[in-house]
Amino acid sequence: MKKHNPVLISLIAVFLGLLIACIVLAVSGLNPANLFIALIRSLSGFYLLKPEQGINISYPLNWLLNSLPIILTGCSVGFAYRTGMFNIGGEGQFLVGGLAAATVATLVKLPPVVHVIVCVLAAGIAGALWGFLPGFLKATRNINEVVICVMLNYTALYLNQWAIKAFLPIDLNTKAKTTLFPDSATFFPLNFGSTSQFHWGFVIVIAALLVYWFIMEKTTFGYSLRATGLNKEGARYAGMKTKFNCTASMMIAGAFSGLAGAIVTIGVFKYGRIATAFDGYGFDGISVALVGSGRAVGILLAGLLFGLLKAAGTTFQMLGIPKEVASIIQACVLIFVAIQHGIKMLLDFLSKRKEKKLDGSHSS
Amino acid sequence: MEAILAKLYEMFPIALNLSVPLIITGLGGLFSERSGIVNVALDACMQIGAFTAVTVLIILADMGVKGAIWYALLACAVASTLFVAIHAFSSIEMMADQTISGTALNVLAGGLTIYLCVVIFSTQSTPAFNASATFSKVSVPLLKDIPILGKLFFTNNYPFTYFAYVLTVVTWFVLFKTRFGLRLRSCGEFPQAAASVGIDVKKTRWIGVLLSGMLAGIGGVALVLTTQTYFNNLSIHSLGFVAIATMIFGKWNPWGVLGAGILFGFAQTLGYYSNSIAFLKFIPTEFFNAFPYILTIIVIVLNGKQVGPKASGELYDPSKR
Repeated sequence: MKKHNPVLISLIAVFLGLLIACIVLAVSGLNPANLFIALIRSLSGFYLLKPEQGINISYPLNWLLNSLPIILTGCSVGFAYRTGMFNIGGEGQFLVGGLAAATVATLVKLPPVVHVIVCVLAAGIAGALWGFLPGFLKATRNINEVVICVMLNYTALYLNQWAIKAFLPIDLNTKAKTTLFPDSATFFPLNFGSTSQFHWGFVIVIAALLVYWFIMEKTTFGYSLRATGLNKEGARYAGMKTKFNCTASMMIAGAFSGLAGAIVTIGVFKYGRIATAFDGYGFDGISVALVGSGRAVGILLAGLLFGLLKAAGTTFQMLGIPKEVASIIQACVLIFVAIQHGIKMLLDFLSKRKEKKLDGSHSS
Repeated sequence: MEAILAKLYEMFPIALNLSVPLIITGLGGLFSERSGIVNVALDACMQIGAFTAVTVLIILADMGVKGAIWYALLACAVASTLFVAIHAFSSIEMMADQTISGTALNVLAGGLTIYLCVVIFSTQSTPAFNASATFSKVSVPLLKDIPILGKLFFTNNYPFTYFAYVLTVVTWFVLFKTRFGLRLRSCGEFPQAAASVGIDVKKTRWIGVLLSGMLAGIGGVALVLTTQTYFNNLSIHSLGFVAIATMIFGKWNPWGVLGAGILFGFAQTLGYYSNSIAFLKFIPTEFFNAFPYILTIIVIVLNGKQVGPKASGELYDPSKR
């Protein structure tokens, strides 16, 4: 089998995902064109059905806002994936990150800017701690990290519920969240006068992507992580500390998800939530990392793509399309990336046929 | 003693009700894992199964069809089997990473069920189904007269509970006493060796995965029909993952799954009752909710090496030794 460009495979997967969504919409009697009208609106702020409204900048800003956390959880899954592990624990790390940020935001008094930085750091550390156990158990006792991660997700869900009720100041009206954070503990908005909630937290996402790229591609540590991922025994034989690598990689992965928890909690909600179910950011991260094939640029682009699908939800509904179509597209893209073996075989088959045709035309 | 027994009699049907979906789904997961395919999409199959059954039940009951519940169960089994076929196809035929494929199905089920709710019913959930159209609680004659045990296990339960008991026995028999079971297990332990003696590994794994999807679907129906009045995106509340915990805690053995399921169901029920029991008052409800997960982690750590099927989750490479 020939080597295939991962970018091409991701593009084919995205194309097939959109195609299936169009078929699903058409079968249920809805207009697939509306799908693209909504996507274009979120992408550019330009509404094709009402061109007289001009460009509304809050739509592209909301698109970016939706992309921020899933780029971070994408980094999280991707980082572990390159080291040969599957971090399905992003949900839990996201929640403890959010909890840590909410704790620092409500219980600690600090001057502006410093407060935000401490919140973000606390979230990163909390996420890293939550990632420690699966990494450590994988490293030292070869226990499957997927099972531990799944169990820790739910442990985090209930820990979050209990800890907020037990320790943090609760909003007495709803009893379902903490009191609003002080202004010093929230990101400054950056909305260019629009209604969007876009905020300066995007700096953290860019920094995280740079750190991801730098560690993975430019350091000896990253090289040994990748070697561990490609062939653990080989890496160990070459003298690399594979046990340390597994634990450290999972902790760094956890830190990325923790940061995602922070930027959602102190950037968008500005209060601590008693979550009763998962938001799905951790699972979105799996799609983002795999479609982005674990590269920093790929994660950025895939994050922007799935962020776009999320952001377009309200316009979908306005145009009579259930917003759940976004999940359907995402799941289909993920399935096609998962069965890339089949896509590769198809590509091989097609290129062989092409060669045959060329051969035929030469001989005649 | 009398008071404790009375409380137990009161709690047990509730605990069993919560246990039954876990047991049925966990036994389903057993078929898949024992054949060598990890199925993290159990939760998705529960959602698809429950959604299909509730939808068919509502539509048929509206039309006044007699025995609508049976058609609903049939539709559920078909739908969840077809749905899990995606996982079987990608992980058996296309050599996809089983966790990724399963995760994709989890995302898909969450989206697809609610999408269909919106398309069919124009809201984010199904309407409430008519309670009289479903099963009612029954007791098993003779068995219910066994002292204590009869009252705990065989009195005033939904038929799903008895189905779970029977299924446990059947699963044990199929897995450990039949030729098919031996083949299924060999595919999960050492597929290359199984293939060398002429067992069709792919076919056996297909059967294992399809069975797991079907049973998980029924598990989902058991949950929604006995504890809820309609289906929405929170109906299954991730019990599919608890079912995976049940299977692991039960050490990939049907009797273990039964015991673990009852334990986990009981732990949750204790959470509801903790306020009325003096020595449990100080423990927060969330602890009882988190209990199955924490316990599973502890058990895995104590066990050290996993006792599950050896080849489970690995890509099947026929040329590997």
